[in-house]
Amino acid sequence: MRIPALAILATLTCTTAVSAETVKLAYIDPLSGSLAATGQLGEQHFRFAIDAINARQGAGPGRTLELVPMDNEVSPDKSLTLLRKAIDDNIHFVTQGNGSSVAFALSDAIAKNNRRAPNQAVMFLNYAAVDPGLTNDKCTWWHFRFDADSDMKMRALSDYLVSQPQVKKVYIFNPDYSFGQSVEKAATEMLKNRRPDLQIVGTERVPLGKVKDFTPYIQKMQAAGADAVVTGNWGADLALLAKAAGDSGYKGTFFTYYLGSSEVIAGVGPGGQGYAQISEYHANVGNKDLEAMAAAFEAKFHQKFFYWRVVQMMDMFAAAMKQADSSDPAKVGAVLATMKWKGPLGEVTMREDNHQLLQPMFLSVLEPAMPFTFPENKLGFKTVSRIEADTQKLPTTCKFTGPS
Amino acid sequence: MDTLLLILLNGAVYGLLLFMLSSGLTLIYGMMGVLNLAHASFYMLGAFLAFTISTRIGFWPALIVAPLVVGLLGAIVERWGLRTVHKHGHVAELLFTFGLAFIINEIVPLVWGRIPVPYRVPPALDFPLFQIAGNAYPAYRLFMMAVAVAMFLALFATLAKTRLGLVIRAALTHPEMVGMLGHDVPRVFTLVFGAGCALAGLAGVIAGNAFTTEPGMARALGAIVFAVVVMGGLGSIWGALVASLLIGLVQTASIALDLPLGAALSRIGLEVPLNHLDDLWKISISRVAPVIPYALLILVLALRPKGLMGIRSA
Repeated sequence: MRIPALAILATLTCTTAVSAETVKLAYIDPLSGSLAATGQLGEQHFRFAIDAINARQGAGPGRTLELVPMDNEVSPDKSLTLLRKAIDDNIHFVTQGNGSSVAFALSDAIAKNNRRAPNQAVMFLNYAAVDPGLTNDKCTWWHFRFDADSDMKMRALSDYLVSQPQVKKVYIFNPDYSFGQSVEKAATEMLKNRRPDLQIVGTERVPLGKVKDFTPYIQKMQAAGADAVVTGNWGADLALLAKAAGDSGYKGTFFTYYLGSSEVIAGVGPGGQGYAQISEYHANVGNKDLEAMAAAFEAKFHQKFFYWRVVQMMDMFAAAMKQADSSDPAKVGAVLATMKWKGPLGEVTMREDNHQLLQPMFLSVLEPAMPFTFPENKLGFKTVSRIEADTQKLPTTCKFTGPS
Repeated sequence: MDTLLLILLNGAVYGLLLFMLSSGLTLIYGMMGVLNLAHASFYMLGAFLAFTISTRIGFWPALIVAPLVVGLLGAIVERWGLRTVHKHGHVAELLFTFGLAFIINEIVPLVWGRIPVPYRVPPALDFPLFQIAGNAYPAYRLFMMAVAVAMFLALFATLAKTRLGLVIRAALTHPEMVGMLGHDVPRVFTLVFGAGCALAGLAGVIAGNAFTTEPGMARALGAIVFAVVVMGGLGSIWGALVASLLIGLVQTASIALDLPLGAALSRIGLEVPLNHLDDLWKISISRVAPVIPYALLILVLALRPKGLMGIRSA
């Protein structure tokens, strides 16, 4: 009986000290269906980041962040319904990452909503939807992206691929929606005429989250003589693709965006040595703070730490809120739009002209005997090159105006 | 040549898997006139049960136990569920199985979670069997085929050669007469429903680890199994076999083909006017692969509404 009494007392002292405010963040991502594992992993990272921020009052005194998970099954239609619901529930901050098709729908709907109802304005924090269009011709002021876009990633990935003399024939394999089309276009353009003996032997797109057996596709790559596969596939799709490659004894190397989650690594197996990834983080980047963070995450969720960018995004978001001393998305956005932030891996900058974050990126490959390896295949990521934040700035066609 | 062989092998695996599901479904329809909308859910239950059992006592016992449990569940559903609503007619039965599918699809994530479970191929079968054109062919795939063929032979032998099969076939067409001859027709119904569900469960056991075992697997396969059964002719086991293999092969072959749609049609003698719907004819066949089974279904229904080997019209 003493515990509830104490708890009530504690709550009372808290509420009387400073005016308390709960800021809700709607997390609209797949929490069921074939890509649910990816969405759940993201949710865990958000919870982890938010708990840490709340514990240190990172969003300003008395301000508590709260995650509101919403399952969109990667459907743009469903996401719009959920966005409507979030707005009706007075939520002013939305985050999403899985599926640029969803991100386009949300970004567009949010811009319209904010024009019509400025007092119900919503800010969109994008942690993983990397279609370049979101920060170019389809950009809106309310959208902020914290992952490098697919063109920025492809530049690094293609540079590395071209530098590998044993790679002669490339197969470009992607999910069939806006993001996959962007990766395909970028890869085709950036690999063309780079080396006389390098050719693209196949280009293919498959429906997202629908294919259960990738063996026929692997056999097609084999038949085309491809010794490298460039793929933007993610989550369960990439895990199954890698699994089919392993089962079929396919010897080619995969050049990926999203190799590093445990779900995918489980499909990769020991044959994945040399598989490459472009990302903002991996377990062997060699930073003590991040290693401690990864250990804390693993102790809490029994999962490998993967989305450093979620933590970084939430830290920046909270810092912007604290600096603006407000939870009004227009004010928070104004701070975030020009934010420079000292991260553990170097300074990161938000581009004011299109709200794309510039941060150091790592091109890494799976190798044995690394300090941190995955138990599934005894391989770990090894940095091949670090791409500095300021070298990644690409021209943008984005033209937007902020709220008046 | 090698490509053709690979298409045949992959198509046969997929086709036989479809057949394991559709044979039970078509058998149940043929006998009871009920289209069991929860059939794919029993397939999913088979996979999840096999996962749980295989982590406790191994894959081989799971191969036997999981289908039996699913079959038992099916029998219980028929005895205390379907039979009760039977007197209200076919619509009630259809709605019952529709609701049942929803219930199973919601219970599974409650028990096993919403993300895929790590159900793996047993180590004894996890090795490449032979090489075709540089592709290793996993032994497990051949095992899947063997199980499906063995199941088909057992089913066929039971229906064609045994006394029980005789009663079942008689009950298919003349249930009243069979009842008057002293056979317990309702019990035969329960048996057939249970057996059909057990077959779906068996398909789940052997397919769950080759692909993925996750709560969306019933929905992913449900529609295509109905396409198979309708295409083969409702109630026809042979039709289900032919339609399953046809869909399996066509779908696998269409992935392997990179021809644009227009070029493919002109190759089989159909010239398309290239100035109309230009973009459509330029899509490669591999990209429309998921739609092809349903296009085939429409084609078959248009030309032969009974289905390939059906006796009555759908």
